[in-house]
Amino acid sequence: MKVSAQEVQYIAKLARLEIPEEDLALFVRQFNDILGYAGMLGKLDTEKVEPTAQVLPYGNVMREDAAGTPLTQEEALSNAPAQKDGGYLVARVMEGGGV
Amino acid sequence: MKYETIIGLETHVELKTATKCFCSCPAEFGGEPNTHTCPTCTGMPGALPVLNKKVVEFAIKTGLALNCEIQRYNRFDRKNYFYPDLPKGYQISQLFLPICRGGYVDIETDGATKRIGITRIHIEEDAGKLIHSGASISDSDFSVVDYNRSSVPLIEIVSEPDLRSPQEARIFMEKLRSILEYIGVSDCKMQEGSLRCDANVSIRPPEQKEFGVRSEIKNLNSFRSVQRGIEYEQIRQAAVLDEGGKVIQETRTWDEEKGVTHSMRSKEEAHDYRYFPDPDLVPFVAEPEWVAKIAETLPELPDARKERLTGRLGLSAYDASGVIARLATADYFDEAMKHTGDAKAVANWILGDISAWLNSNNLEMRDFPVAAGNISAMINLINKGVLSSKLAKTVFEEMLKSGKAPAEIVREKGLEQISDAGALALAVEKIIKDNPKSAEDYKAGKDRALGFLVGQVMKETRGRANPEMINKLLREKLS
Ligand SMILES: [Zn+2]
Repeated sequence: MKVSAQEVQYIAKLARLEIPEEDLALFVRQFNDILGYAGMLGKLDTEKVEPTAQVLPYGNVMREDAAGTPLTQEEALSNAPAQKDGGYLVARVMEGGGV
Repeated sequence: MKYETIIGLETHVELKTATKCFCSCPAEFGGEPNTHTCPTCTGMPGALPVLNKKVVEFAIKTGLALNCEIQRYNRFDRKNYFYPDLPKGYQISQLFLPICRGGYVDIETDGATKRIGITRIHIEEDAGKLIHSGASISDSDFSVVDYNRSSVPLIEIVSEPDLRSPQEARIFMEKLRSILEYIGVSDCKMQEGSLRCDANVSIRPPEQKEFGVRSEIKNLNSFRSVQRGIEYEQIRQAAVLDEGGKVIQETRTWDEEKGVTHSMRSKEEAHDYRYFPDPDLVPFVAEPEWVAKIAETLPELPDARKERLTGRLGLSAYDASGVIARLATADYFDEAMKHTGDAKAVANWILGDISAWLNSNNLEMRDFPVAAGNISAMINLINKGVLSSKLAKTVFEEMLKSGKAPAEIVREKGLEQISDAGALALAVEKIIKDNPKSAEDYKAGKDRALGFLVGQVMKETRGRANPEMINKLLREKLS
């Protein structure tokens, strides 16, 4: 697997990061190093191994639907750089979001 | 219509659990901003989600009610994007392995039953709420974020593109609401956003086999707007095709006030959500025994209820549909039927005067102040000949005002129907004497004169006379 400079720029854009032109080569190399390292797994024979998304030996970890105590408004907002009317104040929302 | 319209709906349903999907904060609607939050639902570093068992039970229950296959192996995925209403930078959802697949809902359109496929149902969490400072997003300088709704449990029900008209889409949504109400998994309040729907709409010439390019309509916040939004969209797309243009794949938002859809963003530059399995949540397995246990909790569903009403109780399909559509109404009907045997009369009162009163007061059945048993008692008085249908309206209004039992109102207001032949005969004789011209007219063959005379007797007795008996007495005396 080989990651191109364009792909690194694209991923940076998705993560809202700006990568200066002079650093790009470094990140491309690091991306490929990491993926190459993980790529070693591809050499293993996994014929008889079931696919999984989890390596933890747990399943069905659930809680009962019983209410706990939420934070107070003051506590919730205590780390907010800016607040207004009991809410977190954020910069004007631009296009490109939403569920 | 020159084109055929193809519609699929994606319905988001907020589940009526006590707590949120992955933390123990209250899931209830409203509250002062940011008073239903904790480190988990505000995305604080290190906070870990734990799945609410009830959410899974409700999702399975919905799947069973919609005839789906419940999937045994489940896990959650992260849908990544940046937006201030999403504190973690991702939404927990089930892209790859939805909990339910392959169900259906039967709807009635133009007297026929049509089966609408359900592609899938998956569990996900809701986002917070943005309050914009300006009149709209575009002229706000800043936004205020309230995370009370963040991580409230949702299920998304995705239909097959089986709907063919805006009206069918509306009927489908109403049917979905009925079922969800009956099984008690959601409040289904569209105005509070606990039931929301997006519509995928495309059109095609009748001879074309493949679907046209679709647009996704968002912000359909009422049953009316589901229908109107799709109506608008099919006309807009037809105009584009008629002018030789191409419909582009895009997301559009419905503007209820202006009655139009606006383009939001085109899918060409769509998000790359980089879905991947959430490492913070372990998979869960819906064992058949658990599913069977949940199946036992399913109540009588709308279709079965309708069958009971049209079958044993003999209601027309139309009346039965009206009675069963909302759970509160259906329950009111059942409660009333404990006190009378006249199903038709109960349905008539519910769909007639009671509905009219609720509509004019902008209320729902659950707010209706008169006990079902009193409506039945009133019906019984009518059927026994104690109360005339006409004066029943007076009793009905008085019950709304005072909440008294109908028999008491009849007694207090002297509304009892006069069915005593002797007393009525006197009144009839008096009216004939006072209206000799009409009496002669009737004898001369003018049937309409009889109606006038009946009316006069009713007036004389302040509406209390038994109309059938007056008719009979008048005919006897004038023959
Ligand atoms: Zn929380």
